[in-house]
Amino acid sequence: MDAPIEVMPPPKRVVLPLLQNIGAPCEAVVKPKQEVAWGETIGLGKAFISANLHSPVSGVVEKIGVSTLPNGRHLPAINIRAEGEQVTGQALYEDVLGGHWPKDCPAIYYPATIAKAVHESGIVGLGGAAFPTHVKVRPYDTKMIDTLMINGCECEPYLTTDYRLMVEAPKPVISGALYAARAVAAQEVIICVEDNKPEAIKQLRMAAGHTVVKIAVLKTKYPQGSEKQLIKAVLDLEVPLGGLPADVGVAMSNVATIAAIARGVIREKPLTHRVISVTGAGIVRPKNLLVPIGISMAEVIDYCGGLTRDAARIVAGGPMMGFAFSNLTTPVTKGTSGLTVLTHDDVRAENETHCVRCGRCVDVCPMHLVPTKLAMASRYGNVAVAQQYNITACFECGCCTYACPARIKLVQLIRMGKIMVIARSKN
Amino acid sequence: MAQQAAISQKPDPDDAQGPSLHVAPSPHIHDRAFTTHRMMVDVVLALTPAVAMAVYLFRWSALIHITLCVGVCLLSELIFTRMRGRKATLNDLSAVVTGLILALSMPATAPWYAAVIASAAAIGLGKIIFGGLGMNIFNPAMVGRAFVMISFAGVMGAGAYESASGMVDVISQATPMNALKQSGTFAMVPNLFLGLTNGSIGETSALACLLGGIYLCIRRTASWEIPAAMIATVLLIAGAADIVGHFGGRLVLQHLLGGALFFGAFFIATDPVSSPLSSRGKLIFGAGSGALVMLLRMFSGYPEGVMFAVLLMNAVTPLINRWTIPRTMGEGF
Repeated sequence: MDAPIEVMPPPKRVVLPLLQNIGAPCEAVVKPKQEVAWGETIGLGKAFISANLHSPVSGVVEKIGVSTLPNGRHLPAINIRAEGEQVTGQALYEDVLGGHWPKDCPAIYYPATIAKAVHESGIVGLGGAAFPTHVKVRPYDTKMIDTLMINGCECEPYLTTDYRLMVEAPKPVISGALYAARAVAAQEVIICVEDNKPEAIKQLRMAAGHTVVKIAVLKTKYPQGSEKQLIKAVLDLEVPLGGLPADVGVAMSNVATIAAIARGVIREKPLTHRVISVTGAGIVRPKNLLVPIGISMAEVIDYCGGLTRDAARIVAGGPMMGFAFSNLTTPVTKGTSGLTVLTHDDVRAENETHCVRCGRCVDVCPMHLVPTKLAMASRYGNVAVAQQYNITACFECGCCTYACPARIKLVQLIRMGKIMVIARSKN
Repeated sequence: MAQQAAISQKPDPDDAQGPSLHVAPSPHIHDRAFTTHRMMVDVVLALTPAVAMAVYLFRWSALIHITLCVGVCLLSELIFTRMRGRKATLNDLSAVVTGLILALSMPATAPWYAAVIASAAAIGLGKIIFGGLGMNIFNPAMVGRAFVMISFAGVMGAGAYESASGMVDVISQATPMNALKQSGTFAMVPNLFLGLTNGSIGETSALACLLGGIYLCIRRTASWEIPAAMIATVLLIAGAADIVGHFGGRLVLQHLLGGALFFGAFFIATDPVSSPLSSRGKLIFGAGSGALVMLLRMFSGYPEGVMFAVLLMNAVTPLINRWTIPRTMGEGF
């Protein structure tokens, strides 16, 4: 799907869960019946790994209710009823992605100033993991960062949000990259794009001009957008087991996150909107949409013409790692990169049979694990074997389950095993 | 929570035509082109040239063996799974593959009861006793073959291949490997390659096995590492023997193209269940099989060694798996 980003009309109501990131929830700082303006802070992330929350509309706080996220968590959420005039259409598009973006980072921006602005803007990783960005984009006292890598490899098949962003708005990506590089004191800035996106590569190269930003073109494959795989592919460095990119001197962010950093730092506007792909054969009119965070999935689906007759599964995210959910009042959160609706034909269930030890899962595992061994250790509760085979290194990309000829739910078994291993190591 | 109850997972009764949604853990899509069933179909397809060659060369005896082995394998699978109180798994076609490979590894002169007993042993002792497909340690077809070879040495051994009163000309000759062993005579290389020699009914044609084998490797139903390592090892050891004995290349070709090497390398050793998981493990497995084939051919009483070589390597497969755990990305830093 290669649809231009379309601005979705403002909703009547938004629901904003207080936890939309990895880490601790934020605290609501608004009360029912309180009026809020667009961009006003409504939640404060006080813990170190937490993020602020802002109102994506101007309106009135209705209540602090409960919302269920696609991953099944029930969370307190601020419900806001939109009232008064809203910024929408082309004006909103210009505000978020359009207009002028300076390519130089003036000296008045100290690394700490940039990190503070990012913190205040409530920016989290928009690729899907939703890790608070200010934790990554800050001067490290213990680890030297020499390279800032910007992930423009689409994290999932079906989704095209990053692609459309790079094609339509390469300038905020370049600006954000330069500001973020200043914040982490990185010497090198590399934007990584897969070779099936020539238009994005062209636009980024034009926007980058003579800046230090380099574009690395990579082979298209899944999961190329996974950070450890990307570091290996571009820099030929391996992130130590259980470590972070910072351990090899790399800071990594998704292109959409970087564009949000540009907006947060240069325009001092918080993260209130994001681009999502609404895609799959089960949706009538697939689109790429700029939506306010907190809008309900049902509204997004309706705007895209609704579900087709043979729609079978609605997934928040992409088909490989996304969460299937059934409650359509679920809001779009900061980490929602898309909405994939699969048909009965896509998800046709096949019975699991015995593992025939073909080794296909071993061949496809991007972490070089032995998925069948891990899955069987998990199934029979053999925590020691699971640990010996590094079960916690699995990041659940789904490649093994996709490839398994016996249709064994390897990833699901490994998830269970990881929980057992973590529980065991806590005792 | 009332709000949630209102939006149920089931479609609205007023809109019976509406989509019915359900949830499941990720990933939500699968590789449709690759299933266990499809792997078995691939093997059957890949065996077609060898089967055609067998029927051309051995006529009725080939047809009788194939029918008997496949039939009895399916029947045994049905009976033994019932006895274990399991659901019959005939439609995964694995019993058909076992039967076909077993039939193609039998001498044309073998009596009918040997085929029946071998098939029952292959499925019963080789597979179901361990828990069915995926659980067996040894290649089921080779278990059956070894069972009758030891039980009926007279009618299954190397000498039994030759029968002056046979229905077809080819079985009046010695098998190329036996001729080499007993009298040091070499068969004509083109005949070996095309398969116009005596031998087990499916093994004679290196060409037919190569065609099917390449298809299997391209489909990635068989791992290329195993046949490549196995054939390369035979080439190396036979090559050394050739140079030492000044055979001028003839000995290498006999070992490569004669006997069951190609059939074994592509169809027997590649059985995924009884071979290692990782690429490195598969290379070791193939090299080990190749070395054992040459050891048996040169120093044992048997003229041919593929069957025992593969069975021996099957036994060490768990060990190879343990030696060749891939290094997890980022491990050891």
